[in-house]
Amino acid sequence: MNDWLPILATTLAAATPLIFAGLGELVTERAGVLNLGVEGMMLIGAVSAFAVASSGGGLLLGTLAGIGAGMAASALFALLVLHCLANQMATGLALALFGVGLSAFIGRDYVSHVLDGVSGYTLLDGLPPLDPFIVGSLGLFALVQWFLYRSRGGLVLRAVGESPSTAHALGYPVRLIRWAAILFGGACSGLAGAYLATDYTPMWVEGLSAGRGWIALALVVFATWKPARLLAGAYLFGGVTILQFHGQALGLAVPSQFMSMLPYLATIVVLTLISRRGHAIRLNAPASLGQVWHPDS
Amino acid sequence: MNIDRRTLLKGAAAAAGLAALSPLHALAAIPKPTLPLKIGFVYVSPIGDAGWTYQHDLGRKAVEESFGDKVQTKYVESVSEGADAERVIRDFAANGHQLVFATSFGYMNPTLKVARAFPKTVFEHATGYKQAANVGIYAARYYEARYLAGIIAAKMSTTGTAGYIAAFPIPEVVMGINAFVRGMRSVNPDAQLKVVWVNAWFDPGKEREAALTLAAQNADVLTHHTDSTAVVQAAEEKGLYAIGYHSDMSKYGPKAHLTAATHHWEGFYRKVVQDVIDGSWESSNVWGGLKDGMVDLAPLNPVVPGDVAALVAQKKQEIIDGKLHPFAGPLFDQDGRQVIGAGASLTDEELLKMNYYVEGIVGKLPK
Repeated sequence: MNDWLPILATTLAAATPLIFAGLGELVTERAGVLNLGVEGMMLIGAVSAFAVASSGGGLLLGTLAGIGAGMAASALFALLVLHCLANQMATGLALALFGVGLSAFIGRDYVSHVLDGVSGYTLLDGLPPLDPFIVGSLGLFALVQWFLYRSRGGLVLRAVGESPSTAHALGYPVRLIRWAAILFGGACSGLAGAYLATDYTPMWVEGLSAGRGWIALALVVFATWKPARLLAGAYLFGGVTILQFHGQALGLAVPSQFMSMLPYLATIVVLTLISRRGHAIRLNAPASLGQVWHPDS
Repeated sequence: MNIDRRTLLKGAAAAAGLAALSPLHALAAIPKPTLPLKIGFVYVSPIGDAGWTYQHDLGRKAVEESFGDKVQTKYVESVSEGADAERVIRDFAANGHQLVFATSFGYMNPTLKVARAFPKTVFEHATGYKQAANVGIYAARYYEARYLAGIIAAKMSTTGTAGYIAAFPIPEVVMGINAFVRGMRSVNPDAQLKVVWVNAWFDPGKEREAALTLAAQNADVLTHHTDSTAVVQAAEEKGLYAIGYHSDMSKYGPKAHLTAATHHWEGFYRKVVQDVIDGSWESSNVWGGLKDGMVDLAPLNPVVPGDVAALVAQKKQEIIDGKLHPFAGPLFDQDGRQVIGAGASLTDEELLKMNYYVEGIVGKLPK
């Protein structure tokens, strides 16, 4: 038990940013919008959260700033793809690159500053203190799961993702719903960034997210657009990293490069399965994903 | 400052090869520059507050301070090791910079390419292995400071186990790991070192995860050969000790930070600039250590007892005097095979090819 507790704790922590960003992107994609800019929104959220928190704003305000900045970045994306009818993939990639540059620019004066980090609260004696972000990620999962499958709003959102023209004909405000889904995705990415910059590694350095946004994107596909599978996938991806570190330190002869490759390999396997046994899995893929849609078309 | 000419033959052969290719370039002497001497620095990462590039920038500032009006320095930071590097280096040369410092391994080929086009410009390339008539190379013997840090780690550890977070299994990194455990075992023959490879020079999240992993496995002194300060921060958080790298990282973990294995380019940069101004610069291969002041230990944390500090100071002097070599025989690898016997030390060439763990390390070296 004592050996497993630290592994469990670090796995939870490693999976948390993936859960936040992954859930946000999942909701966005369920509304039929593919936003590849997760990495960029995450970095913009991270640097904003860090800037506010380290300038005396405190962690709560910092986290809110991160969420707000993520939303602002996603609003730009929404404007381009929903109103200017820009290609979603190109715009998303541009947002990812823009986010890397913008966050580095904003963060110039904060490079290598450090924060105290978040102190967890103890739930049960003997257990390690719980981190509010980790608890929050589980809460967000429950919320998304409930919203998508148990609420009317979720049903409408999924309908928009499947066939925006049908939803439009039924009188649903497709563009507004997509706006909301994109903003939610941005908020979640910003939150993931805020977690990285204020809690996980409480500092700001260029490229802090180190590719986690891309893993989150892969995770949505890996999870075949289902929140519960996304949660499991995040723990799997997080756990693989942690386990390979433990294996190395214990002297197990597993090539670390192979273990580092596993999450991506798993995603490729899922993608292959989707394309081969399409009927079973593609059912979950939003039918209008990535397609430009305009009310007058 | 003393200059070590490692693999002199190799360098001469390379120079000869280059001479055969382009005789004009090899023969053309570097002319005395017009003052102020314009100097360009190419950095691989942002300068920031600590780290590899920060140490190089200290060198640049030292040059400005020493030479005043005689020099004009310029730098470009965050230059990635690809096509960008060649453009930046070429820009410097084309804009009248007569001395360019390229401070990352991956700038090797771009530097050589630009150097062929600008035979009268002096280039100094850090940590590479290809020289030319107007391209000198330089690096530091980080392993000497690592050995001393290992002594401190073993003395401060209560579990006898230290943790090492490493980037990529290249000789430079392996050398540091081996020197660290040799230092540890010189004062505690049973000491162990656990190594975790994160396969990234810079990934604060992974570095932190690796640090926590090692902490969970009884390592109570952590050190790293990666570029962020995450390991020192994680040690501070867990109430462990840490040994920084590149720069003094004490402000990231005031309680945890015992010392750091640091690099210092000030002296070398001043010498190169002086030589270029005097017109006496020649392409050379510099691998400087404690003796040359190119590596050192950051000030020790007050928690390090006086006798340990004295021991470290003594060992440092012995290395400087050439009486102690961190890789002196008898040297056994991890499997107990003898690499060299008593009375011999690894040569520089053997060091630069190091691809095995010495005894005392847990785990297998990734191939």
